[in-house]
Amino acid sequence: MKTIAKDILAALVSTLLFAVVLCGLYPVVIWGLSQLLFPHQANGSLIESADRRILGSEWLGQNFTAAKYFHPRPSAAGANGYDAASSSGSNLGPTSQKLIDAVKQRVADYRKENGLAAEALVPCDAVTSSGSGLDPHISVKNALLQASRVATARGQSMEAVKTAIAKFTDAPSLGILGEPGVNVLKLNLALEGSIRD
Amino acid sequence: MNSSGWIQLILYVGVLLAITKPLGLYLCRVLDANGKTFLDPVFKPLERLTYKLIGVDPKQEHDWKRYAAAMLLFSLVSMLFTYAILRLQAMLPLNPQKLGALSEHLAFNTAASFTTNTNWQSYGGEGTMSYLSQMVALTIHNFVSAAVGIGIAAALVRGIARHTAATIGNFWVDLTRVTYYLLLPICAVLALVLVSQGMIQNFKPFDSAALVEPFTVQVPQVDAGGNAVNGPDGKPAMTDQKIDTQTIVQGPMASQVAIKMLGTNGGGYTNANAAQPFENPTPLSNFLEILAIFAIPSALTYYLGRMVKNQGHGWAVWAAMFALFLAGTLVCWHYEAAGNPNFAALGIDPADGNMEGKEVRFGIFNSALFATITTDASCGAVNSMHDSFTPLGGLIPMLNIQLGEVVFGGVGAGLYGMLIYVVIAVFIAGLMVGRTPEYLGKKIEPYDMKMASFVILVLAFSILGFTAWASVSPMGLPDAAGKATDGTNNAGPHGFSEMLYAYSSCTGNNGSAFAGLTANAPWYDTTLGLATLFGRFAMIVPILALAGSLARKKLVAESAGTFPVSGPLFTSLVVGTVLLVGALTFVPALVLGPVVEHFLMHAGKLF
Repeated sequence: MKTIAKDILAALVSTLLFAVVLCGLYPVVIWGLSQLLFPHQANGSLIESADRRILGSEWLGQNFTAAKYFHPRPSAAGANGYDAASSSGSNLGPTSQKLIDAVKQRVADYRKENGLAAEALVPCDAVTSSGSGLDPHISVKNALLQASRVATARGQSMEAVKTAIAKFTDAPSLGILGEPGVNVLKLNLALEGSIRD
Repeated sequence: MNSSGWIQLILYVGVLLAITKPLGLYLCRVLDANGKTFLDPVFKPLERLTYKLIGVDPKQEHDWKRYAAAMLLFSLVSMLFTYAILRLQAMLPLNPQKLGALSEHLAFNTAASFTTNTNWQSYGGEGTMSYLSQMVALTIHNFVSAAVGIGIAAALVRGIARHTAATIGNFWVDLTRVTYYLLLPICAVLALVLVSQGMIQNFKPFDSAALVEPFTVQVPQVDAGGNAVNGPDGKPAMTDQKIDTQTIVQGPMASQVAIKMLGTNGGGYTNANAAQPFENPTPLSNFLEILAIFAIPSALTYYLGRMVKNQGHGWAVWAAMFALFLAGTLVCWHYEAAGNPNFAALGIDPADGNMEGKEVRFGIFNSALFATITTDASCGAVNSMHDSFTPLGGLIPMLNIQLGEVVFGGVGAGLYGMLIYVVIAVFIAGLMVGRTPEYLGKKIEPYDMKMASFVILVLAFSILGFTAWASVSPMGLPDAAGKATDGTNNAGPHGFSEMLYAYSSCTGNNGSAFAGLTANAPWYDTTLGLATLFGRFAMIVPILALAGSLARKKLVAESAGTFPVSGPLFTSLVVGTVLLVGALTFVPALVLGPVVEHFLMHAGKLF
């Protein structure tokens, strides 16, 4: 009995002590160092306009539907997609009627919007929703298929649009990790002239 | 399955192998109460202060019963602590989004889940948990549940290494030293590197971004009291709502994500976990996150070899884990790369694989690798949605969990789980040659086998028992969980897979999900919470009993008939035991879920 009482007391005190060290000191020290060393990243990699309004974050995709913008992947985050306060995938399985119906519609829309032939292959990322619903990237293949639509809508040359795609393609980390992806928000903002880079 | 994937796989394995020995040697020092480490100048005063405050004599070791009692009491008290914070969330500080308190069943489920190193989440992180809940109620368990697991593994290894001994260590010393000398310093470095990649770490309220292209949606019209209004035609009236902002989640994420990966906890800061770009911004952050999952479990095999003075045994266990890891990764990768035939039929490029639920920056390979690693270990973080995997691609994570997460496994939990299989393997080998089974100079006797069998049975009983109940009870039906009404849940064999995955994940203390199942309903919250508790404590107690029994035994001299516990033959025997026990137990259930779905998918049947 005495040892149990002793252990309960030890459990209580250690829980409180660990709460102070691990949940108080540790995150605050990391916060201080992060703000000092990497303030841009630690605060959400925000993209701001010339008049200091927040336009978005480099890492969070946004919805674009007009022809003059590159379109991101379909999104299952929130009721309307790209709701960054409720990240989510569709969680639909491979034999879900709902998923296949939605993808079928997206394939048709994608071919129509981009003037593709009826039997043209469509990139998978263009018609499937991402894991987070906030995927900032599309595949390079997908961006190139959208390039002529965007160039026409903007009255810009294909050359200029393709140069912009190349510029906003994030290469694999260290040259080999992961896949290249085109950052849709940054690309659209640059084409719009809202940000310089 | 392209060459870039193979190169990344080789790189991952190479780095993992390279850190195993140095980290293993460091573990030997941390898990020795008198061990000296290079961090002594920083943490020794804190360690001494901790012992003083909690009234523990670090020189005193305990037998297995006292160790188990201390572990259980600590878990109970810290679980109540978390439950209390979650229930009182609305009244506590650091809650800039003014989030309300959690319901009883959700708070129970969450407290049980985090105490047991499961981190199953019935809630969406960013919309439910205040900064205080994330930082204190949840993060404390990310650390201490990991430290408890490593302590239990160390206690079992001590039991194996010692002979004619009464004690297996001091719970409080293991808990304190692992937390301060191992978890905290690695997390601090990892968190900063993750921030450099784009992870957030701040205490400001959520930001609001002005959308470049605002849009309008139709939402049901409500009156001042919040009640739906009907139009003149008697149907609910709709009204336009302009969406011109995007809420940007903020908060102390990096400090939490570092320990969620290193401690194989896996509970996401956000709902989409490591798929959410802040939580895993680049392929490099992804690489570090999956390396963090396997780092300690891999090093623990080296610790085992060193402690039992048979390094070949440590590496043989490592090799068995590696073989199972490689097989799982290749199968998952193959089926995800092969993609969904229903997609190909619609004119989608078959070379792209199955990208539903996956992020472009990770692609097929890194999603399959992450899914395999997170379920080999009891981590449960996800960088892609397992629910949307192809049937056989999704079978791998499920099977990994059902095998007991012994493929490197959770921190500590992986090693003690695998050692149970090792005991069973030497028992089988002993039967085959007609000798009393021996393990590292100890006779394996009926009591030891009873404890080992108990551990295996708990896993099967909890996973299959609860899944069966959910399948036949009205409370387990998708509409009882609330989602079938809007049709977003999955029907057919995939719906069964969701339930099977949920109980596997909770019993295995994994925490990942086939997330289409809406589990935040009283019945699911409660049964899943119970499954996490069974899966943790009904296993740890017999394992500590086994440790105590092994420690007491006398050494028997090795003879020509002793089965060697190192080398390829032993490794194959362990792999065979894991697969045989796992397969016999779970194949019937897997056939009803993913296997049948695979054939129906190829037949073009949809649900």
